[in-house]
Amino acid sequence: MKALRNFMNKIEPSFRPGGKLAKLESVYDGMETFLFTPNATSRSGAHIHDGNDLKRTMITVVVALIPALLFGMYNIGYQHYLAIGEPSTGWFTMFLYGLLALLPVIVVSYVVGLGIEFISAQIHHKEIQEGFLVTGILIPLIVPINTPLWMTAVATAFAVIFAKEVFGGTGMNIFNVALITRAFLFFAYPSRMSGDEAFVKIDSAFGMGGGTVVDTFTGATPLGQVATNVGDQLQMTNVLGEPISCMDAFIGYIPGSPGETSMIAILIGAAILLLTGIASWRIMCSVFVGGLGMAALVHALPSVTYPASMLDPVTQLCLGGFAFGAVFMATDPVTGARTTVGQYIYGLLIGVFAILIRVYNSGYPEGMMLAILLMNAFAPLIDHCVVSSNIKRRARRAATKE
Amino acid sequence: MSIVKLKKGFDIHLLGAIQSDNVAFTSPARSVAVVPDDFHGVIPRMEKKEGEHVIAGEPLYHDKNNEDIKVVAPVCGSIKEVRRGVRRHIDAIIISPDSDSSVVKHNTGGDPMQVLMASGLWAMLRQRPYDVVPPAAVRPRDVFVTAFDSAPLAPDLNVVLGDKRQYIGRGIEVLKSLTDGNVYIGVREGQEINAPGAQVNTFVGPHPAGNAGVQAANTVPVNKGDVVWTLDIVTLARIGELFTTGMVSHDTVVAVDGEMVQEPRYVKTVMGADLETVLKNELTNVAKSRIISGNVLTGVKVDPDQWLRAPYRHITIIPENSQPDEFMGWASFNPSRFSIYRTFTTWLRGLKKPVSMDSRIKGGERAIVRTGEYDAMLPMEIYGEFLIKAIISGDIDKMEQLGIYEIAPEDFALAEFADTSKLELQRIVREGLDKLRAEMS
Repeated sequence: MKALRNFMNKIEPSFRPGGKLAKLESVYDGMETFLFTPNATSRSGAHIHDGNDLKRTMITVVVALIPALLFGMYNIGYQHYLAIGEPSTGWFTMFLYGLLALLPVIVVSYVVGLGIEFISAQIHHKEIQEGFLVTGILIPLIVPINTPLWMTAVATAFAVIFAKEVFGGTGMNIFNVALITRAFLFFAYPSRMSGDEAFVKIDSAFGMGGGTVVDTFTGATPLGQVATNVGDQLQMTNVLGEPISCMDAFIGYIPGSPGETSMIAILIGAAILLLTGIASWRIMCSVFVGGLGMAALVHALPSVTYPASMLDPVTQLCLGGFAFGAVFMATDPVTGARTTVGQYIYGLLIGVFAILIRVYNSGYPEGMMLAILLMNAFAPLIDHCVVSSNIKRRARRAATKE
Repeated sequence: MSIVKLKKGFDIHLLGAIQSDNVAFTSPARSVAVVPDDFHGVIPRMEKKEGEHVIAGEPLYHDKNNEDIKVVAPVCGSIKEVRRGVRRHIDAIIISPDSDSSVVKHNTGGDPMQVLMASGLWAMLRQRPYDVVPPAAVRPRDVFVTAFDSAPLAPDLNVVLGDKRQYIGRGIEVLKSLTDGNVYIGVREGQEINAPGAQVNTFVGPHPAGNAGVQAANTVPVNKGDVVWTLDIVTLARIGELFTTGMVSHDTVVAVDGEMVQEPRYVKTVMGADLETVLKNELTNVAKSRIISGNVLTGVKVDPDQWLRAPYRHITIIPENSQPDEFMGWASFNPSRFSIYRTFTTWLRGLKKPVSMDSRIKGGERAIVRTGEYDAMLPMEIYGEFLIKAIISGDIDKMEQLGIYEIAPEDFALAEFADTSKLELQRIVREGLDKLRAEMS
């Protein structure tokens, strides 16, 4: 460590104003605070501080995302080898294929997003903020695997600049940056975001896993199949047209965005977030409660016109991005409701709207993204109402006194 | 007598606690100083010049806006220096004590408010709103007295009180005559107090339960337009003593503790005594320590050649930077890297085990990201985060509506400790209060 410290000290002058690399000052500071806890001691106020900082907080969220990431990689390979008719391929090969398929997306997401963050920090002469650490891993997990890399790059750039930096950076944004990325893709390139070709990678990744697709192949996600279902019989199938069960969806052997398919992996992440106290259990639980309630309601009134209403409530929550959104997106403290009471309302409405959009708006088979973005917009209003009641109570207290 | 249970807050257990209630005596102070910054709200106008002789209890300066409010010399001696900083701001008034032991005797028959102002004890009172020395002789709605200090390593106020305990009753009588409301005394669970005439409330819960403002907010909150006084039980006893004997005693018991103190103990000295006298041989490892006059949350950093600061009862010495260049501290799994959050592993070894904490901030300043951190540390019916945002944005109406009149910087000290975003909350609150006060006058 001593050598590293000496090296950092040696190169420091060239990054300071007047040095050759002064334009990279923020990057140097970012590296230094990443490697060494700042030596700054308190000058005003409290003389001791808690060990927790935003770096630790964000890294913990990234750790919570790792199970979903690893399973996502495996599932990409699993779906691929199923599609090319080689289902007996070993799990490690499947995982390796998924790794190779997903890695470029992760790299693109981080390079574009962090690049913009670095530039923005340098322009404003501020420290680089850690918010994108999480966003950068969320984006590959919610963008369909077959999205061309340039689209991901454009969407990431759009989201980071227009959903985050213009508002003032980490902690100031109104909408969840990762969801804005996906929404941008969804509305700008709709044909690439749904249907047969979006979610299952059929071509080879870096020369690995080439093959021809079997004749019976159908790449639609279960939710996509449900949306286009005709008649009063609902049967979801895998990529080979074989029927699948709720259990398959729970474990995650279904086509979908890389991170969202496995309920188990997501629940492990949820456990990490709740145990460390980073995510609000109020939001997380109320999203599930709202979703379950709404799903039960629509299931009680099934209709052939709206085939998703025929799904039983539990399957409804296991499919698509509902669980992933509830655990990792709705709980984003910056864009969510911040008051205790507000968090219950916020979460409940996300759950309700997600199912509502899913079932009664056949144009969008996946309602979670829109529901969260919608409630992001309403979160300040919810908080305003809750805080107003505190203000009113205080005013009333003052009035009765006189 | 009622019991108030407070759930919010946190008790930080630091190394270097005092084990025995014995009080050691120090030698007479070599120099004594009064620091005007300790009496926020009093703008000093000097009454004495450098070189003049003063006796204990004699006014050094008065408030620019109210000549009756005096700040007095704690000892007899000659004024060695009126130390000034930028823009002629008075940093300290330094007195060289001499062997004279006379004390100003007050005639306590007149208006009690005037007596308090002239005695210098008025400057020890604080007023809500604004957390300042009460600027005028206005009768407060209520008076809140805290009988315990819940801050980390804080002294037991019963020890600081010592034999002044006998004057509590008289002090209550005096304060009762100054308010139309009640004198509330907040005690901790199991604390015995003989306080005839006062409303005694027991507060159960972690720090900041001992803050008078927190106790006020959980008994009769301060509304817009209300004026209440807050003080501690030691000041109350001093007031009682003044109205019994006619004299103010300026001796005080100070807890000297913290990790860098070899022998944590109580010492008896005089208000504003120089630290070399108070600390004696504790000043061996000055370079690596931070000396705080007060507790680690609200105290002020002092140099070894400076003096004991108000409220003159606590000195904590902690390491200044015990782990320079800590490698990737944010990734640490070391359970002794203290955090109250479960993102670190401290909770596995138990949060009640005394820990070593140094003065590092351990992170960069960020926008507020995590929710509810301030509210969990503030046992008041206040949306701390929204109030802080209102103060930062200078929105005076919002500050009022969200309850800024009820708070003092010290109430946010624990939130400042716990803040993941490392904002200087006490400074923000102080600036907000000052701004509001300037706006309202």
